[in-house]
Order: sequence, then structure tokens, then C-alpha cells
Amino acid sequence: MLELTAFELAQKIHAKEISAREAAEVANTRVEKVEGDINAFVTTTPDIATERAERVDERLKNGGSDSVNLWETVPLVVKDVLSTKGTRTTCGSKILEDFTPVYNATALEKFGEDLIMVGKANMDEFAMGSSTENSAYGPTKNPWDLSRVPGGSSGGSAAAVAAGEGWWALGTDTGGSVRQPGAFCGMVGLKPTYGRVSRYGLVAFASSLDQIGPMTRDVRDSALLLQAISGHDPNDSTSAKVEVPDYLSELENGVSGLRVGVVTELMNAEGVEPEVRAITEKTARDLEEAGADVGEVSLPHATYGLPAYYIIAPAELSSNLARFDGVRYGHRATASGVHEMYRRTREEGFGDEAKRRIMLGTYALSSGYYDAYYAQAQKVRTKIVDDFRSAFRDFDILISPTCPTAAFEIGDKVNDPLAMYANDICAVPASLAGVPAISIPGGLSDGLPVGVQLMSDHFTEPTLLRAAHAAERASEFRFEMKP
Amino acid sequence: MAETKEKQTYQAVIGLEFHVHLATKTKMFCGCRVAYGDSPNTHTCPVCLGHPGALPVLNEKAIELGAMAGIALNCEVASHAVFARKNYFYPDLPKGYQISQFDEPICVGGHIDVPTSDGTVRVGITRLHLEEDAAKNVHVGESGRMHGSTGSLVDFNRGGTPLMEIVTEPDIPTPEAARATANQLKSILQAIGVSEADMEKGQLRCDANVSIRNPDGSFGVKTELKNMNSFRFVEKGIAAELSRQQEIIEDGGRIEQATMHYDPATDEVYSLRSKEEAHDYRYFPEPDLLPLELSTEWIEEKKARLPELPAEMKSRFVESYDLSEYDAGVLTADRDLASFYEEVAKSADAKQSANWISGDLRALLNEEGIEISDSKVEPKDMAELISLIENETVSRSAAKAVLAKVFETGDSPSVVVEKEGLAQTGSGELDGVIEGVIADNPDEAERVRDGDKKVVGFLVGQVMKATRGNADGGRARELLMEKLGS
Ligand SMILES: [Zn+2]
Repeated sequence: MLELTAFELAQKIHAKEISAREAAEVANTRVEKVEGDINAFVTTTPDIATERAERVDERLKNGGSDSVNLWETVPLVVKDVLSTKGTRTTCGSKILEDFTPVYNATALEKFGEDLIMVGKANMDEFAMGSSTENSAYGPTKNPWDLSRVPGGSSGGSAAAVAAGEGWWALGTDTGGSVRQPGAFCGMVGLKPTYGRVSRYGLVAFASSLDQIGPMTRDVRDSALLLQAISGHDPNDSTSAKVEVPDYLSELENGVSGLRVGVVTELMNAEGVEPEVRAITEKTARDLEEAGADVGEVSLPHATYGLPAYYIIAPAELSSNLARFDGVRYGHRATASGVHEMYRRTREEGFGDEAKRRIMLGTYALSSGYYDAYYAQAQKVRTKIVDDFRSAFRDFDILISPTCPTAAFEIGDKVNDPLAMYANDICAVPASLAGVPAISIPGGLSDGLPVGVQLMSDHFTEPTLLRAAHAAERASEFRFEMKP
Repeated sequence: MAETKEKQTYQAVIGLEFHVHLATKTKMFCGCRVAYGDSPNTHTCPVCLGHPGALPVLNEKAIELGAMAGIALNCEVASHAVFARKNYFYPDLPKGYQISQFDEPICVGGHIDVPTSDGTVRVGITRLHLEEDAAKNVHVGESGRMHGSTGSLVDFNRGGTPLMEIVTEPDIPTPEAARATANQLKSILQAIGVSEADMEKGQLRCDANVSIRNPDGSFGVKTELKNMNSFRFVEKGIAAELSRQQEIIEDGGRIEQATMHYDPATDEVYSLRSKEEAHDYRYFPEPDLLPLELSTEWIEEKKARLPELPAEMKSRFVESYDLSEYDAGVLTADRDLASFYEEVAKSADAKQSANWISGDLRALLNEEGIEISDSKVEPKDMAELISLIENETVSRSAAKAVLAKVFETGDSPSVVVEKEGLAQTGSGELDGVIEGVIADNPDEAERVRDGDKKVVGFLVGQVMKATRGNADGGRARELLMEKLGS
């Protein structure tokens, strides 16, 4: 059963060949077996998975397959940054160690009351990081090589799926946090258009960039999971009132006539390894052979995205994390006065990277520095938006590496923030522009998966998924459960 | 030098800052009800408690009310406005930032004309912006103040209440004008239904920036004056702060920038511990909310729906009811009183109605300390009373007693007249009474016949006495003069 994709499993459960309960138990057993090595979860919820799977089976029995959406039948791994009613939500931080939310994130509500949740996946604290080493609950290991990082910040979600501790997962992507761990773990990671999926109940890192996205074994699974979570939400003013298309129906329509542009600046960005570049070029050729018109495209300001991102994201974060003050919930330090209480609560509750970025962001917004940093970064952001706009006049799909390298060693970059940040260079432009982007496995480099990134214009996920599906089919890489 | 110093006149520079609760049913960014005086923390949700992952959603009614207030204050309503985060830590601020507006507020650049004893003063409105109110810290301990308390609790019922900040230009010349400005603003906001603006409920709060102009005409150092929780204290607080500043200047000292509190008990201002350094609120555009785009049509539609403002109503009263400026001013200062008047004037003489309402009825209301809406007197009662006077059923003086009784019991005037036997003495009957009075006071009657008109008053008094006030005094005088051939 663990060899199936989520889509295949869902069909079998719908056809009552397999029960949801059996699937949940297979996942629970697998978690028990490998979790000691992987540490993909902050909290596992085997009882919730089993109980709710039984209820799904019950509904299938009583109401037939029409009464249950396909996506409701498959156990799901949920990143611990999504608010889950009754199940603690730590965001990888000590400050929320004992915090149990009173409501569900909207994206999870779409699964109804019977969301078959395997557990809450580990992550970099408050989604800040590219390795899942910045977690108060220990680092997650890459199932492909336990000495390596799974990527981040959704490293737990990626590792869980790669290790078969679930068939699919929800991650969140602010500057590559779904795509990069997807790439490092040989999976598909999709960051939808900003506004496609409600952010209500996604504990904010950088509000203008955060999106929830599927992390799956293949492109079809991503299409199905995206179908589940998309749509306008009256509780999120930034969620778009744009109709949700059927993401599965166009999947196999091929890429004939599609215009694909290889992004020059990202192919040649600092640190992009030749092997990674070669795999990206191969994917472009595959698409060409499948009937696409492939050319080169320039995003002149793309590489300025990284510094702009590392101002905008910390600025928003410094404000978003202000609510963790020990007054209403979460960790509270004992102290004599309120200011002392704030100081010690936050000193004890936040990890190093969180503190570093709070300081960066606070500085960037401070009077006298705002114009030089925050305002300037916003101007760069506008330039990048314009770059994409003009690129999409000539191209339907843009292609680049997802990140410069394959998975790196645990401990390699954790003490060198700039080297860690540089890993996001190819991912952040799409985040800043708000366009959808997907990472698919392009091949292996020294036995480790390498991701290729495809990007398309706002709300054109059907085209993006169609191209990704075609590239996936042409590639020799198939999902492999590890270890 | 000494001479110029003596001659120096001190010119006050006063600007006001108002915080006004908008009259919405729900909070600014969530569906919780706005309520006053309920048990603590009964109107809260993940959004107004700042729970992780919760997001704000704009209350459209608040936008509408804010725009309408701006229009009423002659402001320009922006076609594009932006919400911004104001970042600071305080236990009553659940998110660690307040969602407010910064460099792109919903309204800018207006004015109001304020009547004062020195004539009308035009006060500029710098800006009007929308934000959410903070929650309320409750300090546990004897004093209820932070000092000496054993701990603090937070009531989040108020947190997130839609709040409008209105900032005036520093062109209010006197403490009295400041009070009048506050009053005028309150009646405008009430008139258009934007806020109940009840200071006691905390729906209207007022701070002042106070300074004294330098001899060369430039602005002096200003202080911020807080904690003035009634209009009277706005006037008294500013006056107290101005005399404090004046004393310092006269002693050759310098004004320090400070936040002052007014203590009504001592009628003095005192400085808060100057611990608070200049805040850096690190404003930036709120990424959880889209910019506010207000179309010209939308703004025009709000303009068209704006109810009549007090100033407009006053001129209409002067024109269409032919009232004096004073009467029109008195009647339109209170929206409910104005509509009461208009109801009465539908069926009774407009001037008589104005006299009775702005005079006797208002005196009764003031005496009882109640509003017209709480009074037992209905517009139809007032109209009936006026018609009873006109058809001479009651005398003017008896009518006062009738009104007092109606005010007290809620009975209609005709019922009161009946019950209390206050009907006016008819003219036949009055003839007889006058004959009697002349017969009983032959000396006085003689003097009147001789042309001594001063004594007429005495005889009228006797007539009134005999009729227990139920005679029309003017008519009695006429008849007396007739009979005495004077
Ligand atoms: Zn609420």
C-alpha cells in the first residue's frame, strides 16, 4: 500500500478495495518504525488518524463514494504551523510548546471534521530556515541520507512523505519552504499563487508571502491536494475571489505549443552547481521534445530578490511574532514586572534564528532606516513583479533550478546564515511576485535528488501542473520511498 | 526689555485629538459584538485575542461611518487608503501591534465652524483615520491604578472596537473654544449617527496639544494633555496647563515637552513620569488587509445619504420657521429636541412652539437632568397645549402649570386642565369679576380714572387673584381700562 500515490490510494478507498482505517494504520505503523531515525514529526496523532479514518469508512459505507471527496480518504501529514483545533501547534518553537489552538486552519476545514491527520510535522521555527535545523524539537533527517538535511522550513512534511510516514503533506512556502524540501527529498512541492489558498490559521511568518502548498509523490497528487485546499475564504482578505478550476482535468493535455523560457539569471546564479544546471537543462529539453517551444528568458532583477526577501520577510515577521508575549498563551517566564516578563519570555521561548530575524526586521522598519531598507526592498519587489509580467508576455512557463545544490550535510550551514539564505536564491523571485511555482524531481546528482522549478503566471496552475506532469513523465525519476 | 515683557500678551495654540468609537454592531476586524459593561472577556474570538494564525477582516460599516464623518467635517475622502501596523508592546494590545492608518488615512483636510462667545472660529481638521481600540487593563488592588496593584488582568471585550481618530489643526485660540469644538464635533457625529459619542462610556476621548506662541510668532514647545474625561475638564484642563506654561515663561523658564495629566479634584495638571522616550512605532502597511479603494460613486452616494448637519439645520430653522438665531441654535444643538420641535411645529405655531420648547420645556428637562427622549411630554401634548392657549381655554400663566403637570404625569394637557380646574375664566365671567374688583377697590379705580396707569397692574393682580390665575392677564387689563374709561 505504501507504494501507491495518494491519488491511487484514494481511488482504492473509494472503491472499497482498501479501507481508510487500514491506510491510517499502515501510516501509523510506518511512523513507529522510522520516526526514530527521521524525526519528521513534532507530534504524532495515531489515534486521531485511526478514529477519523473509521468515520470516513462509515460515511463511505452509508453514503457511497459521492459522499466523500477523494482527498478526504488519504491520511495527511500537516506542517506544525497550521492551526489544528485540539491538537497542539508548536510552529517548531519552544514558545508554543504547550499551545493547543481553539480553531482549525481554513485549508484543513476543507477536509471536514474527519481530517485523517497522521501528525504535525517538524519545521524550522516559525518557518524560518532552509534545513529544519532551527527547530526546538531537534532536526529532521533526510530519508535519502540521514546525515543530510531534508531542506526547510517544511522539512518534516517532506521527510515524512519521502519516508512513507504518510502519502502526502501540507507545507507552507514563504521563500521556497515547500519547493526546496520537496527538491531535497525527491518529491513534488507546489507553491500556489498568492491568494489561491486561505492563510487563515497559518501562523504567519511573512504575511505578504506565505502560502500553504501540497508536498506530494507526484504531480497528480499535487493537483488533487490543491483542489482540496483552494478557494476564497471570507476570513482571509488576501485570499482571491477567483474561481477554482478543475486541476485534474487538463493534467494530461500535454505541452504542445506551450512556450517555455529558461531563466538565464537563475541558471547562472551564484552557487548553482553544474550538475544542477545540467538537470534543469535536461528537463527543458524533455519539454521541448514533448512539443513545447523552449527559449531563454531574462528576469533582470531576479537575483536582487534574495536581499529584498531577507528584508521584507524579517520585517513582517518581527511584527507577526510580537504577539508571542506570554500574556495570553504559550510560554511565560516568571518575572516581577511586565517588561521583564516580556523580555524573559521571548528570550527563553525563541531560538537563535528567530531572534536574529526579529532584530533584522525591527532594524529594517526603524525610523531613519525604513527608507533605506524596507521601502527600498519594496521597490525591488515591484521591479521583480514587472520582470515576471514582461516574461509572461512571451512565455507560459519559466524554468530554473529549485535551489543551487542537492541536500547539504546537517550542521554544514547552520552557523553561516548567509550561506543558508543563499540557498533560496532561485525560489524567492516567484514568492515576491506571488506567482505559482512547482518543484519536481529532475534527476539525481551523486545519488541525491535534484529539483527543477517551473513557474507560471498568477492563477494559471492548470498550465503549470500540465507542464510539470509532462516533464515528470519524460523524466526517468520516479518517487522512491526511503530509507 | 522690561517694558516689552510687560506688554507681552500670551497667545494660546491649541490642537485637539479625538478618539471616537464608531456605532457599529461588531468590532473592527472580527464578528464579535461591541458591548459596554458586560462581564469581562465575553466578546472575544481568535482574531481579537490575537491568536496565532488569525487574520483581520475589515468591517465595512466602519469604513462607511468613517467616510461619512469625514464628509461631515468637510474632509476629502481618499480614493486609496492604507491600513498600517503600529508596533508596540503592551498587555492590552494582543497582537503586539495596533492596526491603524499612517501616511494614507481615509480622510484629510477638513474644517468645522465653531460658535464661541467671541464669534465663530473655523477649526481645521488635519486628518481622520480608522483603527482598532485596545483592550482594557484592570489593575488588581485597592486603588484600581497601576501603582500599588498586586497584579493586572486584561478584559478584551473592548479590544478591537472600531475607533476613529480625528486630529485638528492647532488653531483653537482659547480653552473655551476648545470645549466648544469638542461639543460641536460631538453634535455633528451624533447627528450623522456615526457615534453615540458618550464620554462617560469612553466612546469619545479627547487629548490636547497645548503651547504658547513665542513673541516672534513661531510655535512654542507643546505639551500633550490627557485624561480630560468631560467637556468641562477639557476647558479647565487646558486653562490650567496654559497658566502653568505662562508662569514658567514669566519666570524666564523654558517649557519642556511632556505628557501632562489633568486632575479635576485639584484643578491642576501634573506631568507623568517622563520615563517614556520617543516611541518608534515602526509603521508599515498591514499585509493582511488589501488597500482600501473607494470609488467616486461610493463617496458620492455617502454624501447624498448624509443627514442634515446641525449648522445646516439651524439655518433651515431660521429660514423656514422664522426663528431667531438663538432659538434655532438652542433647538438644533440637541438632535432629539430638534425633531421634537419639528413634530410640534407641524400642527402648532412655529414661534410659539420654539418659545415653549426652548424655554419652559427645556428648563423642566434641565431641572430633572433628563433628555427629551426620556421625558413624558409628547410632541402632540406640546401642540395641544399651544392650541389651548390660542383658543383661550387656558391662560399663559396657567399653561405653565399645565406643562409642569404634563411633564410630571404624562397626562395630556386637556386632561390636566380638566382635573386641576385650570380652565380660563370666560369673558362673561371675567366681566363680573372685574366689576367686583372695581367695586372693592374704589380708591385705586378712581386713580386709574384720573390717568394713573401704574395702579392698573394692582387691579389686574386682584383679578388674577380672584380667578386663581385662570384669567388672561392681557385681556383683564384691556377690560379694566375700558370700564374705567382710561
Ligand atoms: Zn473577536
